Amino acid sequence: SDLRMASTSQKGKAIVDRPVPRGKTEVSLSAFCFLFSEMVQYYQTRVNTTQELEKKLAGAGYGVGARMLELVCFREKAKRETRIVGMLSHIKDNIWKAMFGKAADALERSTANEDEYMIHEKEPLVNTYVSVPKDFGHLNCASFVAGAVHGMLDSADFPARVTAHTVQFANEARTTILIKFSQEVMEREKRLG
Amino acid sequence: MPSRCHTLFIVNKAGGLIYTRHFSAENQLNVNDCLRLASTFHSMHAIAGRLTPAGAPTGIETVEADTFRLQCFQTPTGIKFIMLSEPMVSNLDSLLRQIYSLYSDYVLKNPFYELDMPIQCELFNVKVDALIAS
Repeated sequence: SDLRMASTSQKGKAIVDRPVPRGKTEVSLSAFCFLFSEMVQYYQTRVNTTQELEKKLAGAGYGVGARMLELVCFREKAKRETRIVGMLSHIKDNIWKAMFGKAADALERSTANEDEYMIHEKEPLVNTYVSVPKDFGHLNCASFVAGAVHGMLDSADFPARVTAHTVQFANEARTTILIKFSQEVMEREKRLG
Repeated sequence: MPSRCHTLFIVNKAGGLIYTRHFSAENQLNVNDCLRLASTFHSMHAIAGRLTPAGAPTGIETVEADTFRLQCFQTPTGIKFIMLSEPMVSNLDSLLRQIYSLYSDYVLKNPFYELDMPIQCELFNVKVDALIAS
């Protein structure tokens, strides 16, 4: 019948046997920024403080991060990472390149607390056209990216608390994504040697 | 090389001034005068559009005087970009189009900007200054 014809259209293979399409790897920056701008405005009408807005943006990014990890690991056929540094380097290089077209600026381990790591990004792509008004304080819309990293780390079994911060660095505002791993991750890391 | 442009005004479709930027130290009008200039120019632009005897009405594009030159670029959405400069500057039209492109990037994609409100976007200021300085 017609239904069976549609599902076996390509060389007699059923639709579940066909290779997963690679898909277009690039999207217009303007289109993405308009969508992101609308998302920020949508959440602004539903919150009262900048902390809540950052939390909502992080929540939106969480699902994106979990899916990106799956997709990139499938496409790159990458090995599963079990060590902290390996996982963070994988995120900083491969996943950042898949999402933003280039690797993140730097990965750093905090000297103050040994369970804190930082990913530095001078100008996050999502903030390209965003100018935060003075009365919004230290709001950083890269909380969306922090949420994505949180989703990736949770899916890979590295529970952590991830937040985005704006830091003043010689007259410039830079973004840092702070990752604080939970106790069980640090203990596991110690056990693995 | 110092730029020879004096001031940029952006007027919304209702005739209200939403942006002023001075690039040189001379002859700066105060805020009230700028507002009056913007709304007066908006009305003259509309009247001029109706005066054309034939063809599509377009409004005032250039005002040339001995001491200054005023160029106006109206977008299809009714926003006017007005530039005041020294008399002999010739490339104002392309400059205003580039400013329109910067506006559509750094103002319209900013989630904290409401349409037709005064423009207070830091990135837009930075980019406009950089464009005029080059």
